[in-house]
Amino acid sequence: MTVLGAGGGTSSYEEIENTDLILLWGSNARNAHPIFFHHLLKGLRNGARMYAVDPRRSESAQWADVWLGIDVGSDIALANAMAKVIIDEGLHDREFIERATTGFDAYAEKVSEYDLARAEQITGVPADAIREVAIAYATAPTAQLCWTLGITEHHTASDNVLALISLALLTGHVGRYGSGLVPIRGQNNVQGGGDMGALPNRLPGFYDVEDPEARAKFEAAWNASIPPKRGWHLTQMFEAMAAGKLRGLYVIGENPAQSEADAVHAVEALRSLDFLVVQDIFMTATAELADVVFPAAADWVEGEGTVTSSERRVQRVRPALRPPGEARTDIAIISGLARAMGVDWGDPTAEEIWDELRSLSPAHAGMSYRRLEELGGIQWPCPDENHPGTKFLHARLWEEEVKDPAPFIPVDWVPPVDTLTDEYPIRLTTGRHLDGYNTGVQSSGFDSPLRTGTTLDISPEDAERLGIVDGEVVRVVSRRASVTAPVRIDPEMRPGLTFMAIHYPEQVDVNKLTIEAWDPKSGTAEFKATAIRIEKL
Amino acid sequence: MTAETTSPALVTLEIDGRDVAVPEGSTILDACRRIGSDQPTMCWASTLTPVNVCRVCVVEVEGSRALVPSCSRRVEEGMVVRTDSEAVRHARKVVFELLASAVDLSLVDDSIRAWMAEYGCEPERFGPAAPPSDDRDRRQAGHHRRPTGETAETVHQPVKVDNPLYVRDYSKCILCYKCVQACGPEAQNTFAISVAGRGFDARISTEFDVPLPQSACVYCGNCIAVCPTEALMFRSEYELRQAGMWDPDRQEVVTTICSYCGVGCNLELHVQDNRIVKVTSPDDHSVTRGNLCIKGRFGYEYVQESDEPTPIDEVLARARADS
Amino acid sequence: MDLKLIGAEATEAEKAAIASAVPEALTVEVPGRVVRIRRDLRHYLLPAIDAVQSAVGWVSPGAVDEIARRLQVPPAEVYGVASFYALVSTEPRPPTVAHVCNDIACGPDLAAALGDRDDVVESPCLGQCDRRPAVFLQRAGTDDVVLAHATPDAVLAALDGDVGDDTPGFVSPGPLLARVGNVDPSSLPDYRAAGGYEALAKAIEMGPEAVIDEIVASNLRGRGGAAFPTGLKWRGAAGQPGPRYVICNADESEPGTFKDRVVMEGDPFAVVEALTIAGLTVGAEQGYIYIRGEYPLAQRRLAHAIAEARRAGLLGDDVMGSGERFDIEIRRGQGAYICGEETALFASIEGYRGEPRQKPPFPTVAGLFGRPTVVNNVETLINVPRILLEGGAAYAATGTEDSPGTRLFCLSGNVARPGVYELESGTTLREAVEAAGGVPEEIPYLLLGGAAGSLVGSDHWGMPLTFEDSRAAGVTLGSGVIMAFSASTDMREVVRRIAQFFRDESCGQCVPCRIGTVRVEEAIARANGAVDRRLIDDLDRAMKAASICGLGHTASSVVKSAIELGIL
Ligand SMILES: Cc1cc2nc3c(=O)[nH]c(=O)nc-3n(C[C@H](O)[C@H](O)[C@H](O)COP(=O)(O)O)c2cc1C
Ligand code: SF4
Ligand code: SF4
Ligand code: SF4
Ligand code: FES
Ligand code: FES
Repeated sequence: MTVLGAGGGTSSYEEIENTDLILLWGSNARNAHPIFFHHLLKGLRNGARMYAVDPRRSESAQWADVWLGIDVGSDIALANAMAKVIIDEGLHDREFIERATTGFDAYAEKVSEYDLARAEQITGVPADAIREVAIAYATAPTAQLCWTLGITEHHTASDNVLALISLALLTGHVGRYGSGLVPIRGQNNVQGGGDMGALPNRLPGFYDVEDPEARAKFEAAWNASIPPKRGWHLTQMFEAMAAGKLRGLYVIGENPAQSEADAVHAVEALRSLDFLVVQDIFMTATAELADVVFPAAADWVEGEGTVTSSERRVQRVRPALRPPGEARTDIAIISGLARAMGVDWGDPTAEEIWDELRSLSPAHAGMSYRRLEELGGIQWPCPDENHPGTKFLHARLWEEEVKDPAPFIPVDWVPPVDTLTDEYPIRLTTGRHLDGYNTGVQSSGFDSPLRTGTTLDISPEDAERLGIVDGEVVRVVSRRASVTAPVRIDPEMRPGLTFMAIHYPEQVDVNKLTIEAWDPKSGTAEFKATAIRIEKL
Repeated sequence: MTAETTSPALVTLEIDGRDVAVPEGSTILDACRRIGSDQPTMCWASTLTPVNVCRVCVVEVEGSRALVPSCSRRVEEGMVVRTDSEAVRHARKVVFELLASAVDLSLVDDSIRAWMAEYGCEPERFGPAAPPSDDRDRRQAGHHRRPTGETAETVHQPVKVDNPLYVRDYSKCILCYKCVQACGPEAQNTFAISVAGRGFDARISTEFDVPLPQSACVYCGNCIAVCPTEALMFRSEYELRQAGMWDPDRQEVVTTICSYCGVGCNLELHVQDNRIVKVTSPDDHSVTRGNLCIKGRFGYEYVQESDEPTPIDEVLARARADS
Repeated sequence: MDLKLIGAEATEAEKAAIASAVPEALTVEVPGRVVRIRRDLRHYLLPAIDAVQSAVGWVSPGAVDEIARRLQVPPAEVYGVASFYALVSTEPRPPTVAHVCNDIACGPDLAAALGDRDDVVESPCLGQCDRRPAVFLQRAGTDDVVLAHATPDAVLAALDGDVGDDTPGFVSPGPLLARVGNVDPSSLPDYRAAGGYEALAKAIEMGPEAVIDEIVASNLRGRGGAAFPTGLKWRGAAGQPGPRYVICNADESEPGTFKDRVVMEGDPFAVVEALTIAGLTVGAEQGYIYIRGEYPLAQRRLAHAIAEARRAGLLGDDVMGSGERFDIEIRRGQGAYICGEETALFASIEGYRGEPRQKPPFPTVAGLFGRPTVVNNVETLINVPRILLEGGAAYAATGTEDSPGTRLFCLSGNVARPGVYELESGTTLREAVEAAGGVPEEIPYLLLGGAAGSLVGSDHWGMPLTFEDSRAAGVTLGSGVIMAFSASTDMREVVRRIAQFFRDESCGQCVPCRIGTVRVEEAIARANGAVDRRLIDDLDRAMKAASICGLGHTASSVVKSAIELGIL
């Protein structure tokens, strides 16, 4: 969301309860973000209309007034075609565009290449339906455009997001109560991690690491020098490992040996390192490969600190349990490591560290622990201790004089890297079950009556064509690997499309199948669009 | 739609001789609480639309023939309300007596017990409780066995233990509808349970009383969270109670944020002897309003897998092995 | 929604029945690409359940799944609604079932003689008390029928498919019932020839406001039990923002009541015309007639009348050339007295369990689908044409000052000619009973007003049958029930049966009524000698004061009156 300034969901959950139109795009929030979906359902009960764009008629899409079954990886074509309809019909918000944006002409020219016929051909969505959703979005008094991994787990992740942001700019559906852009985050602190500078190009508080002024501010505070160049993101790191350029790695709370797309390559790369340190609450598959393992406390329940949610709400986590065995909190481990490396930070408390952050990040300045406690969390930006926090971002775009107009950034559709051919004719996409989470190390710990394990969900038509019955174990072959999995015939699937959940690597290591192609801007890999074929055993 | 919140006009009414001004749209219960006058409630919850079915909160409103439920009735200018008149005391007493004569209220909140004492309830006067029955889930509307009058019919019945996460002990069910609201349109929208049957035989049920694992239930536990009588109970609490080890006095409640997904749900972890034994979420938090999903509610086991099992671990492991 | 079905397959018969009754909520516009859903079909749930029950005799898991899928309503909700109704079975049952009345007019003998059979179930009052004992035959796949004056042999024959002819009961007409028995109830031309639809023409000519003025001037009061002034009700709803609805309450399930049935069977066009006037007057485009399921003949005649009226342009997009739209749908109740309570009736039509709602808000403000709604009893409505033709003031001058017009009384029990008697307001109880051939000296007790009314003894013989006099005497005329008992009647059993009725018919929502009705019945069962008066008194007070609806408020009235009369 960099075009709009600091990256974060622009709206509050509350707003989706009071909006007129919900456009849920590439998100199975019903499973992956159930409590966000509660807010969405309140919106439906309050009379909002809902459109869902999703390859599958997922549990979430089943709530939509209209579901649009898009081909995996064609989102940009759909968004651009919608934009063309909106402009052709004169439904764009000319006044807003004039005042608060730049680059409209180039954008209009780009999207003009996406007429309905072409879009239908690329996306598989009938032209009439594209037209309908475009007009509905443009004419709704307020609209929330929400997405999750269906948009971002592609090699075109950043462009996908840009295409959606442009739709909001085109229609003025941002910066107002009830209208906004809502990416829902997959983990409890991806938002906070990024806000705290755990990104290759950022310092805490959204400063650009390549901005000398910003660096100077932090160098003064920390009494240390900061490398002036941005670092590598995860996928680049793996490429660097493969190329022998990255030789040592310190992994905190990640399990790339299983969670990376193309897991076979990921393990090879990790094995090739000179030195691997893993800090985790589990002995993960990655930790098994490590030279040194730091057993960590589970911060949300054995440690202290803050996390930031998808509505930019900073909230405190607190210790409820004693960490097991030798496990220590991340703060203790990192401070200890610093001490061992010759810098004594003392034993800072979580609050002390937070207060330092507040002194450096104006967006967090007003969030004392006391206030976080009293207010049930605060949404950034919160510049001072009298500020209530911010419900929605970019209200500035509606001011008389817009200082920093938001740029339209035209983007083009490119097909998924893993193309469908006669040899690999079927599209596999991945996602989450309600009771599962990522690679399952956490969610497999409790007895879920819902747990089905991974199945290959296929359409009745494909099942019949391939002569496969429900429950039959088949081989799923991609260009990189093959796995076996039982089949579940799902009438909601369309011929040519299949689905697998990602939570059971011990049973079926789906990420072996997926491709390592990645987005040059964000570093996210293409989990959602794999070409496969299905073989009977 | 806009965020404009103009503060609503004030309405003045009289409660037990005291004037009170509350915002338009408030309920009589809100107004009572405003002046520190607490009223008993059982089917009301801050997070749910009032269904006004339990009737323990009724008050007298001048000009109204019947008593009115304070939890749902909106205030009107000049209303004159009495919360402690003879009529109110009598109605509440009998309503509590009726409930206590038919339902196991052993785990209701202490405040409810205090109200029953206050009104001098004698549920025994309806006769000795009838023994548990096992046909309540199949009773046909409009038909019942003729009573002898020797015992007072009850809802007592076997506990439903059909999944590893929570149990349903409908002997404790006062039919407050809260679980149905929470499972349905007011929060979860899963609609795994509904009220079935009619009259005294009305009950909370899945379709055809199928066990939860065959139903639509997604184990969010949002029904457990709203149940006022502990008819719905974490399996962990149930097993520890059976083993005589449930001990709220030794429990601490810590609020933290769920480790799954990025929505930011607040969890209240109920911890006994360094073990999470139950999870709730604050009703007054804008993110969850007391609700969670299966992961937040039950997905904590991974932080307490241990090589040295505690007595609590042993009880729960045995229960798990049994089912 | 993300619906989870049971996974049971419906039979072809079930699917066909459901398909004939309800549309699909989900449309696959382009397979695999575009699916649309509608969220506004919940009110088809009752018709769907009705359709399956009628076609196959029970609502199976497969049928629940099919209804759930078609309407996108969760199976647990379908089951919750289906299991609310006494005429709906959620377990397999023989295709033909005899519901044998063992209520207070019919008594227990017929049911006892038939014994324990899986195709015989006991039933509360079937609204045929004038032709006792009565049986309602629910027949899967074919029309339901009523057996009047039933004998065990006739019931057994009927269970085998041999149903004899039906003879109507006795009617003593006045102005309202003038056409009953004299005009062919299936003929619109005959109805019009007998003055039918003159009132609608006049109403259209007068316009809504003038119509309301006339109704207000007539001082017409509701005949459904609460005696609320009809004109004020109409004015109230008409003044609220639309859309609005009008409903004819034909649920008539109060034990001892059968007058509305006689009207609907004998003069169905009058009901349709009157409801049309109500619709045009309050500005509703849709009306409903909610009729109890045990009235198959009345339902068929009304359906026919509606179809005829539609064909003649008396319903539809342009009612009688007025330019106004109005149409009527019939909703069949499925065996639930409580659904006659107006707010429960809304819930039932909307596809929810028939549970009453707390008032306020009142129906004229927030009724069916949350919209302003007028609910009127059948008898109330058929007074409207008379008022419009005679003029409100002229009508108000008939009867007594506070109770103008005539009233329909349901005389049954220990009288020579049970039936419906249309009597001028002000007629005394003695005159009414004597008109039906009853001998006051041989009648120690009467039930007045219905099961929700009260038992009275000889001290009420002189009471004029008006709202004001009954109120002054501390009794109610309710739905016009006058049931006479004889010296040989087991009055304790009558009282017990009434307590049983309320225990069975309580919706179960609120504690005082749900559990209170059980305790009242137990207290009566327990009492070998005298009942625990204090206990009954306590229950009665609490139920009156704290219940949600009129059922709970009145459930112990008869018991209380029995205690006062020394019966208990
Ligand atoms: C338990 C109960 C059952 C009722 N049943 C009926 C009924 O069958 N028919 C009816 O007209 N009114 C019935 N009523 C009264 C209705 O609620 C409502 O007052 C009436 O239909 C209004 O019509 P009116 O004003 O024309 O009388 C019942 C009320 C209660 C409390
Ligand atoms: S756990 Fe959740 S889904 Fe299951 S019955 Fe309770 S509220 Fe409904
Ligand atoms: S189970 Fe609990 S929440 Fe549900 S109706 Fe019964 S008492 Fe209320
Ligand atoms: S009084 Fe009886 S019938 Fe009326 S709402 Fe209460 S339980 Fe239901
Ligand atoms: S709390 Fe008011 S009726 Fe239950
Ligand atoms: S029909 Fe049997 S009592 Fe009315």
